[in-house]
Formats: sequence, structure tokens, C-alpha cells
Amino acid sequence: MNSIKFLYAAYIATWLIHGLYLGSLVRRYGRLRQQMKDLGKGK
Amino acid sequence: MRSFWSIALATLTKDIRLEWRSKDALNAMLFFSLLVVVIFVFSFDPLAEESRHIVGGLVWVAFLFAAVVALNQTWARELRNQVLDAYRVSPAPANALFLAKAVGNFILVSLLEALMAPLFVIFYNLRVLGPAWQLIPVALLGTWALVVNGTFFAAMSLRTRSRELMLPLLLFPVSIPAVLGMVAGTTNILTGENPAHFYIVLLLTYDVVFTTACLALFETVLQAE
Amino acid sequence: MKRAFPILAVLTVLFLAYAFYQALWVAPTDALQGDVYRIIYYHVPSAWTAFLLFFINFIASVQYLANARPSTARAAKWIVIAIGIVGFVAPFIPQVRQQLPTGMYPSSVATTFLIITTLYFVIGKYFVDQDLDVLAVTTAEVGVVFCSIVLVTGPIWARPVWGIWWAPGDIRLASTLVLWLIYVSYLVLRRFSDSAQTQKLAAVLAVFGALDVPLVYFSIWFFRTQHPQPVIGGGGSMDPRMLHVLLISWMAFLSFAFLVCWSRYRLEKLRREVEEAEALESLMETSATFSAGKVPFSQGSK
Repeated sequence: MNSIKFLYAAYIATWLIHGLYLGSLVRRYGRLRQQMKDLGKGK
Repeated sequence: MRSFWSIALATLTKDIRLEWRSKDALNAMLFFSLLVVVIFVFSFDPLAEESRHIVGGLVWVAFLFAAVVALNQTWARELRNQVLDAYRVSPAPANALFLAKAVGNFILVSLLEALMAPLFVIFYNLRVLGPAWQLIPVALLGTWALVVNGTFFAAMSLRTRSRELMLPLLLFPVSIPAVLGMVAGTTNILTGENPAHFYIVLLLTYDVVFTTACLALFETVLQAE
Repeated sequence: MKRAFPILAVLTVLFLAYAFYQALWVAPTDALQGDVYRIIYYHVPSAWTAFLLFFINFIASVQYLANARPSTARAAKWIVIAIGIVGFVAPFIPQVRQQLPTGMYPSSVATTFLIITTLYFVIGKYFVDQDLDVLAVTTAEVGVVFCSIVLVTGPIWARPVWGIWWAPGDIRLASTLVLWLIYVSYLVLRRFSDSAQTQKLAAVLAVFGALDVPLVYFSIWFFRTQHPQPVIGGGGSMDPRMLHVLLISWMAFLSFAFLVCWSRYRLEKLRREVEEAEALESLMETSATFSAGKVPFSQGSK
């Protein structure tokens, strides 16, 4: 039954990696939107 | 318009002549190769029972490092003197330049290997238990595999930040099957336990595939700088 | 088109939840491995998804390079058609059929080649010029994410089942590692390259990677035959109920991958628009300072 820990580890690792990637996408979107706003206001 | 081969040969002889005149870079590379061997000798016990099994790997890793040092300077001279722009507008076929550079690198890396190999034999008390002559095709094909892709990726790295880092970064993943072939082949020949034929065929296939790819795509890369 | 995204997102989450339920509670327990085998429902679909994404990247890269000139574009199209026809017919010829590894049906090989050709033309139709490159970046990045999952879940699965984290002769995991390395170097090249033609260079690298993969596979395959491998049981066919759940999991992850790719694609297009707008802006600023008679050397003007 000790091996069940590996099952949990695998599933958690999977969603952790996906979560980190999606988080980076969201962050990049945010930065781009900020840049667009700066452009719109003109420098 | 001069032929492909005469252009390639002219470029090659020019490179060799220039390199021979100022041997600084060459001497530094030779010394670096020696240092790599010594580091390995101190890191991996030559008297261990299993040393003959791992020496194949050690030798080729050492060759790989030496090759990267040599490959990094492939296009340095051309960059300094804006030669590449001249090549781009000339009607000379781009792969003539590539072939000349690749062969030049092959000669240079072979020179470094010729220095390192006897050192390994001495330090590790190597005796070849298998068919020793087979080491020659393995060495030739293996070196060409590293050099042909290395020259190509060196050109690709020219306009990147951290150019010297980019070359091994691009070269190593693609070279893995060749490295496996070289190392396993060399180990088999040294230990005499298994035949090395397949690895020689593997290296030959690798060389044919990637030499073709490099010659076909070098024009694209040259225009891209 | 954009309104479809939230709906698809919800559907995908539900699908993933359904697959999760199937994987953990519906699929039968493995006789040899116990419950830990259920890692397969994340490990294998991620692998198939990663390979599909990398394959799309390869097709996009080839088209991007080939479309540089009309002659090469035409030649590439005919070569792909030829590959499709040969690949579709060949598996049924007796001499070729014999060469196929056991378990590989001729019809599945034929269908695969048909899909390859179709994919080439579908991608060519819907993605033109720059869009091909955006597709390439997208599939490479998302592919690396899924590939990382394969490389993480693989050893996590191997440890309890085989007692070791990494088997040197494990062809599939080793080939996946090399593929991962190639595509990470692809992404690094994209990030570090300052050339105006970065996209072409990256496409060339993708072609090199594709040429490399079969060589990797065969080199490790032969290496295995000469070296004793840890006994890895589990040969033979799969319980059909397990296969059923595996396919459900794959479909769920595919729809998830599709959405992630769609997001990344839109992000990339937005990024390029912003880049262009910024370039235009600084261009206009420069011309404005010129026409005003000022020499634009001072850095303090921004």
C-alpha cells in the first residue's frame, strides 16, 4: 500500500506542472495588456 | 564561375594556412585537451577492474569537450572581417563554404584526438581486446558526426546571445545517438565482448543523414544571419 | 469564435473530471502492480499528446521552410502526397506486412500515413506564412510541458514497480528524454536568437530534431540487445476495460491540450501585434524628432 503514495505524487506532479504553465500564460497576458495600455496612452 | 570543389578547397587551404601562421589558438586548444584528460585521470580510477568498460565513454566525452572548444572558433575569423556578407552576395554555392569549414574542423579535432588518445592509452594501461582496426572507422565516423553538426550549429548560433553556450546546447541533444554509437562501439572493441558492426553502421547512417541535411539547409542558415 | 472558449473550457474540465473518475474508480486494479499502475492514465496520454504536438511542429516547420519559394512549396506537396500513397498501400503488401512488428496492424499504419498527409494539407490551408511559425512556437512550448509530465511520471511509476527510477535500456523514456532536450534547445534558440530570421533557424532545428528521433530509437534499441536489462514484466495485450479508460483519458487530455494551445496561440499573436505597434511607435517618434530638426541621439527623450 506504500506504493499508493507514488500514484498521488504522479497525479499531483502532473497538475502542478500544468498549473505552473497556465500561470505563466496568465502572467504574460497581463504584461501584454499592460503594454498595450501604455501604447494606447502614448509615451 | 569556379567549381564547387575548387572553392571548397581554396577556402580550406586558406583556413589551414591562416591557422598555421598564428598557432596561439591551436596551442591553447591542445593544452585544453591535455587538461581534460588529466582531470578524467584523477576523477576516474585507472586501476579499477571496470576501467576498460568506462574508458570508451571517458575518451569520447573528452573528445566532445575538445571538439566544442574547436567548433566555437569556426566562424570567428569570418565574423571579424565581415566575410560572411561577401559570401552571401557572391555566386559561390554556400555549401562549398560549409564543406570547407567542416573539413577544416575535422582536421583540427582529429589533431586534438590524436594527442589525447595516446594519453588515455598510457594513463589507463589500455589493451585492445577486440579487433583494433575497427577503432579507425569508429573514430573517423564519430568525429565527422560531431564536426558536421557542430559546424552547422556554430553558424546558427552566430547571431545569438551567449554564442559559445548556444553551440553545445544545440549540438548535444541532436548528437546523442552518435555519441551512443561512438561510446558503445569503442567499448565493444576495447572489451572484445560484443561486435561493434551495428554501431559502425549506425554512425555511417547518422553521418549520411546529417551531412545531407547540413548541405541542403546551410544556404538557409547563411542567408538568415 | 472567442465566445466558444469559456464553454469549451468548462466542457474540458468536466471531461477531465470524468476521466479522473474513470481512472481511479472504474478501471480494474492490475493483478501485478496493484493500484499504482493507474499512473498510466496520465503518463501515456501525455506522451501521445506530446508526440502529436511535436509532430505538428515538424509539419509547420517544414511548410514554413518550403513555402519560402513556390518551387519548393510545390515539391514539398508532391513529396507528402507520395509519402501518403506509399505509406497507405505498402503495409498491405505481403513482404512489407511481414516486417511489421507484432501487434502493429497494417490498417493502423496505413491510417497513420493518411493522417500525416491530411494533416500537412489541413495545416497548410488554415495557417499561412507567419501563422505557421506561431503554430510552431505554440506546439513546441505546449509539447515540452506535456513531455515534462511524461518524464516526471515515468520514473515515479518505475520506482515502485521495477524498483529503479531509471532503466538505461528503456527505449521509450530515453527517446522521450532526447525529444524533450531537442525541443528545449529549440525554445532556447528562439529566446536567445536576435536574428531577423530566428524563425527560419528554429524551423531548421525542428527538421534536424525530426531526423534525429528515429536514429535515437534504433541506437538505444540495439544497445539494449547487448546489455542485460532489468526484468520489466507487463508484456502482452491490455485488458480492454483498461484500454477503454486509457482512450477516454487521452481524449480528455487532447481537448485540454487543444485549449492550452489555443490560448498560447492567441498570446503569441497578441505579443507580435504589440511588438509591431511598439516598433511603429518608436519609428514615428524618430521621424518626428527628425522633422523637428532635432538630432535623436539623446537617450533622455523617452
